[in-house]
Amino acid sequence: MSGDTGFLTSRLEEAIGWARKFSIFQYPFVTACCGMEYMATACSHYDVDRFGAGLPRFSPRQADVLFVVGTISHKMAPVMKRIYDQMADPKWVVAFGVCTCTGGFYDNYATVMGIDTIIPVDVYIPGCPPRPEYVLDGLLKLQAKIEAQHASGQRPAPESRPEFVR
Amino acid sequence: MNAEDLVQAVKGRFPQAVLASHSYRGDATVVLRRDSLLEVARTLKEDAAFQMSFLMDVTAVDFSSFGKKRSPAFFTSSGVAVSPSPQIPDREPWPGPPGASSSRFAVVYHLFSLPLKHRLRLEVPVEERDAEVDSLSALWGSADWLEREVWDMFGIRFRGHQNLKRILMYEEFVGHPLRKDYAVNKRQPLIGPVN
Repeated sequence: MSGDTGFLTSRLEEAIGWARKFSIFQYPFVTACCGMEYMATACSHYDVDRFGAGLPRFSPRQADVLFVVGTISHKMAPVMKRIYDQMADPKWVVAFGVCTCTGGFYDNYATVMGIDTIIPVDVYIPGCPPRPEYVLDGLLKLQAKIEAQHASGQRPAPESRPEFVR
Repeated sequence: MNAEDLVQAVKGRFPQAVLASHSYRGDATVVLRRDSLLEVARTLKEDAAFQMSFLMDVTAVDFSSFGKKRSPAFFTSSGVAVSPSPQIPDREPWPGPPGASSSRFAVVYHLFSLPLKHRLRLEVPVEERDAEVDSLSALWGSADWLEREVWDMFGIRFRGHQNLKRILMYEEFVGHPLRKDYAVNKRQPLIGPVN
């Protein structure tokens, strides 16, 4: 597809990708203790605003990136799916913390074994909780992914599910 | 009142209702017959000698696998023993698990007196086939949600509760997850695959 796009179109897509990656309006779906680390990342010391992600929107209609921060229980899963469905395209999902990636150490009746069983995930940030540097690294990976995405909506292949030793 | 006096006072007032009692490390516990729970609880709340104004917690215990298998050591990797060291003097040894003939469940109530600053724990043995006790929600408002939690997690019904439905799990959930015969990782997702 990129082969037959003209010079102007490809320049335009690059410009759009560049603009999008520095205007990440995130929806923080915070359910558990990872939220403290998320707040630490968002505050002035680590200053997530340097990457254009400093404006959390508490309405899914206005958000580009869904940050799922903390354990998702089976009771909460339909709510998360609904939030994801309410977000307008283009949209991305970040799994923040090991509970959202795989369920973490919760192997019980209540916990979803990774949110990628329910919604597609673009970037996994494991850790219990992940350090702010790790979060920023994940954010940079997300930026690279957003930049590489075509305006047509065609996106790079999704990241494979990380393997954790149980 | 201290723990021993509290136990003696309850025993003196209700000799028929008290099945057993102990005061382990200053915590008074009284095991009650199921059919006299409501009467004892009302007295504990309203009598000037007790004034148990605060029902702090209602919970339950499933003894069905208690003592039947060794509990795994929690820190096996580091080799830290979980059982208490024999070097630590134990003047008040734990009274031990209930006898082999006892009921499957016990409903546990933690009471606290705000004016008199004393605590009392009530235990009510409950059979599996007839898992039902009287609701205390008419006496203490806090019993409302706590009893719903016990129903949700253990499947013990509370007679006279106005709104006995699940509080933690969703309505579609089948079974009661803290019962020992519920597999701990048996998941019942509302959406998504069963994993």
